Amino acid sequence: MPLPQAPGFLETRRIDRWWIQPTLVFLGFGAFIVYSTWAALQGSNYFTGGPTHPGAQQLLSPFYSPVLWDATGLHSGHAWIGQQPAWWPTWLLFSPALFILPFPGLFRFTCYYYRGAYYKAFWGDPSSCGVGEPSFRGTRYRGEQKFPLLLQNAHRYALYIAILFIGILSYDAWVSLWSVDAEGVKHFGISVGSLVLALNVILLGGYTFGCHCFRHIIGGRQDCFSCHKHQHAAWKRVSWLNTRHMLFAWLSLFWVGFSDVYVRLCSMGIWTDWRIVG
Amino acid sequence: MASHAQPVTDSTTTRPVQFKIWRGDASGGAFEQYTARVTGGMVVLDCIHQVQAEQVPDLACRWNCKAGKCGSCSAEINGKPALMCMTRMDTLPTDQPVTVEPLRAFPSIRDLVTDVSWNYEVKKKITPFTPRKPDRPDGTWTMYQEDIERTQEFRKCIECFLCQDVCHVLRDHHKHDEFIGPRFLVNIAALEMHPLDVADRIADLKDRDGIGYCNIGKCCTKVCPESITITDNAIIPLKERVVDEFYDPITRLLRIFRSK
Ligand code: SF4
Ligand code: SF4
Ligand code: FES
Ligand code: FES
Repeated sequence: MPLPQAPGFLETRRIDRWWIQPTLVFLGFGAFIVYSTWAALQGSNYFTGGPTHPGAQQLLSPFYSPVLWDATGLHSGHAWIGQQPAWWPTWLLFSPALFILPFPGLFRFTCYYYRGAYYKAFWGDPSSCGVGEPSFRGTRYRGEQKFPLLLQNAHRYALYIAILFIGILSYDAWVSLWSVDAEGVKHFGISVGSLVLALNVILLGGYTFGCHCFRHIIGGRQDCFSCHKHQHAAWKRVSWLNTRHMLFAWLSLFWVGFSDVYVRLCSMGIWTDWRIVG
Repeated sequence: MASHAQPVTDSTTTRPVQFKIWRGDASGGAFEQYTARVTGGMVVLDCIHQVQAEQVPDLACRWNCKAGKCGSCSAEINGKPALMCMTRMDTLPTDQPVTVEPLRAFPSIRDLVTDVSWNYEVKKKITPFTPRKPDRPDGTWTMYQEDIERTQEFRKCIECFLCQDVCHVLRDHHKHDEFIGPRFLVNIAALEMHPLDVADRIADLKDRDGIGYCNIGKCCTKVCPESITITDNAIIPLKERVVDEFYDPITRLLRIFRSK
């Protein structure tokens, strides 16, 4: 077929400001990646309360939850196993977040919304609709048809883990309703930090349960909805979230980052976690 | 001229607007500049017709209904795939010429007319609607509204091929031999999700139809004049069905047990 020549990189006859959106996406994701990597590598200031801060609400940064091992010398009260394992090589940096962040990271990396957005903003494939691509790709384009991006098809497995995390983070939000005083007595209370962690669960839940894979598994895979009434009802609910998937993707991304900032600054003593109730 | 920067909305006055219209054929072509007299309420197709009637009688363009329903007048207006008959002049800035060019993902025939016959060849290869045995001896079936609701959206397609045009897999990567394009993924979604249909098109989708080439940028969804949620409601659910059948070890295992 004698097709017209493909346009060159960034070539377009569009006259609107098409570059704004990919630029914002680039900056937004970029900022999150830089901050979350930095925060994950700190290995400290990821909690308040517990034996270390008697009387403070027990907040745990979502970047570090669940804590398998606490970093040496830290006692968050959240560790499932204990202290940094002895077999950990001394030359290798240890941070409890390193065992955790890859999972939500992979979930977002393979998310249908994020894929569509970062293919545009990070590798110009295409930068925006009707805008030319770098010529090295040309007819060699592989998309998700072939390796390596074929692996994106494993997204549903990342979803299963992400659903487990919603449970764990809900538990953390529950735990954040208590503080332990110097005598070891538990007191109920609601602080700004408890609300921050609760909202984090709500926004992450809105994102996770609006997932395209979830929408498929919960009912979308059926052809006959009248034969599967419960699945149809569930599919309709998930579809409501799914049409807002991009919104929840951004809100939850921002808020999970802010939750870490909040816990970190409170833990460092720069911010005070004001108690509202109790 | 400052006043010309504003879109033409007034239906009582007429104003000259510059157009750059692509003229040429498969061997090449270029933009040529024309002026149309525009009043409020006019659409791009009106301007093309005016230029054709008054200045260049041999300007080729394709149209039929002028009501956004036949899908013939697809073109690229200021770089965006759109129906000429549904693009109102009052939505376009007029301080610079309005560019009108043919679809870039298909071979040119002449001026604004492209050869979209590739699409008809693609359609012929798709396994047609294959209903199960009728539920009753009189040859009828029972169906409920909720069974058909989801695919009604896909049936609104007017085959304007704007989605095919904007899709970078065809437009930039020229994968016409390996990828059927969003319009036909919508077509397959309508068939695959139909509760009466018993044919299986999933293996074709994965290999011959190249669904994996779609990288879900949603450009097709954005240009669809029928507002079909192509990517989210048709393509992604089909991708998930391909995963069920070919990539997910758990669903594959389950299928083996069920078939025993
Ligand atoms: S979402 Fe897929 S089919 Fe639609 S334009 Fe993008 S790559 Fe093409
Ligand atoms: S899906 Fe929409 S854009 Fe594509 S051919 Fe049909 S009506 Fe046109
Ligand atoms: S599609 Fe976005 S989380 Fe699954
Ligand atoms: S002329 Fe029929 S859609 Fe434009």
